[in-house]
Amino acid sequence: MSDHHQHEETTRSPYAARIRAIEALLLDKGVLTEPEVQDKISYMEARSPANGAKLVARAWVNDDFKELLLSDGKAAASALGMEPAHPAEFVVVENTPTIHNLIVCTLCSCYPRAILGRPPDWYKSFEYRSRAVREPRAVMREFGFEPPEDVEVLVHDSTADVRYMVLPMRPSGTEELGEQELAQLVTRDSLVGASVPLAPDHPIPTGA
Amino acid sequence: MTYRPGDRVRVLPSKKPGHVRTPGYLKGKSGWIEAVIGPFPNPEDLSYGFSGLPERTLYKVGFKQAELWEFYEGPDEDYLYADVYEHWLEPGTGGKA
Repeated sequence: MSDHHQHEETTRSPYAARIRAIEALLLDKGVLTEPEVQDKISYMEARSPANGAKLVARAWVNDDFKELLLSDGKAAASALGMEPAHPAEFVVVENTPTIHNLIVCTLCSCYPRAILGRPPDWYKSFEYRSRAVREPRAVMREFGFEPPEDVEVLVHDSTADVRYMVLPMRPSGTEELGEQELAQLVTRDSLVGASVPLAPDHPIPTGA
Repeated sequence: MTYRPGDRVRVLPSKKPGHVRTPGYLKGKSGWIEAVIGPFPNPEDLSYGFSGLPERTLYKVGFKQAELWEFYEGPDEDYLYADVYEHWLEPGTGGKA
């Protein structure tokens, strides 16, 4: 029994171990309570890129909603039943046939967590954070997307009090699709601009 | 609010230590005010437990990628936007044109 426990302790990452120790200390000193920790976990777990996909799909089928999303991101999120309350602003930038946007936070890992939840691990990596500003086109190539030379690449370094999300372009050949089917095409990476949404005839993943 | 959209600005080459929100690669670089985002408590004070007041105006500042990086791969029309607080800016000569 105790051997098993010891094994778990040694395989846990140093970061996880450190966080556990800090959490235990904060609880012990009464700075935080267990329910507060659980509330925070529930908050993050309730948010995911599916929220972003819903916002994007609605904007693709409804021009008024698109206008709202681009002018007041929090109001648009509230209109779809999300809870975007957060001290930081939420700004959505639009990809067009001539502009492709890419989001990064070089200083830390600023991300619209109130809408999309936790950022992908690669978004927090030193490699992405340093390369996305210096060689955005090479980074996007590695994600399998190459913007044409005549498309402006706009990198947004989210350094302060604004959190950014990309409104990608609607893929061609999707005229017949409904809002829910469209949302299925919107990937997490496309909301950062590292890639673009799936094509409607994309291969069905695994096992089918 | 000192600057308006289109104004040329330069990011101060300050070596201010501690918690700053201006990335090193932009220090001393020239660009332009793309948009005025609005006033916010100064995060450089907030992070040390101060009030952050008076609020500072935050700007979206545009830069030409070709002017930021010596061997930038991409057309001249690739840009970078960063959100920079007023106290990190001075009048400059950079710009889109």
